[in-house]
Amino acid sequence: MRAIAAPAHQKRIPGEGGTWVFLFGDMLVFGAFFVTFLVERSKAPDVFDAARSTLHIGIGVINTLVLLTSSLCIVLTLNAVRAAQRPLATRAAAAAMAFGLLFIALKVYEYISLGAAGHGPGANDFYLYYFILTGLHLFHVCLGLGALSFVLTQTRRPELSDTRTALVEGAACFWHLVDLLWIFLFALLYLVS
Amino acid sequence: MTALNLLKNRAGASWLFLVAATIVSWAVGAEHGTGSLVAVVVLGIAAVKVRLVGLDFMELRHAPFALRAAFEAYCVGMWALLAALYLWL
Repeated sequence: MRAIAAPAHQKRIPGEGGTWVFLFGDMLVFGAFFVTFLVERSKAPDVFDAARSTLHIGIGVINTLVLLTSSLCIVLTLNAVRAAQRPLATRAAAAAMAFGLLFIALKVYEYISLGAAGHGPGANDFYLYYFILTGLHLFHVCLGLGALSFVLTQTRRPELSDTRTALVEGAACFWHLVDLLWIFLFALLYLVS
Repeated sequence: MTALNLLKNRAGASWLFLVAATIVSWAVGAEHGTGSLVAVVVLGIAAVKVRLVGLDFMELRHAPFALRAAFEAYCVGMWALLAALYLWL
């Protein structure tokens, strides 16, 4: 296994270098969506603000905390792997996945609830963007859960090669990306629009 | 070594800050009029949170300068761009 407990001053790239091309690409694509959302908002700010107030902000806050905690669980997973605490790493990875599933469950409840109140994607432009942006993010959550299931399997291995370690770190970074994108989405959709 | 010991580091402290920042942004941002400067503050808090996720969860604090600088530029750039669009469009 790679010497993960590297000296603090040593510079290193988490995961494979190529992973970061993908991660930055994703961040820029979402950045373009954020800009588009605000441009559309500028055409009808009062409509967007009124629609924003119909969202379940409590669920938005809870989902933010859920993803932050899930991210912390993955930090714990990596630290436990590095400290050769495999059972702890397995439990932390499983907890991270459980929080990911909770996020999906809350999101689905929110979608159903909004739809039942007549606030579906066709109601106005705010809801259209809300469903597109959160739907794309939800797709990332599902991909991230796939990445985490890979991490979970690796925590059961007695030792990881350099390549596997880099893959685990890359999967962890993708999960943090899911968290990161939600932070901007939460601010834009639930608080700012 | 317990889970708590493995979280007594910058990442653990950052998580506490991130949770607190989420609550603060909710408290100040839930009710405000359109065109309010509060939105700029809320976007700023979001950018700071994203930066911490990158530096302490993604471990970019110890990444080579170019990678870390690109990430920090993204955080600052998104905040400036989104705030400007919110205020002036």
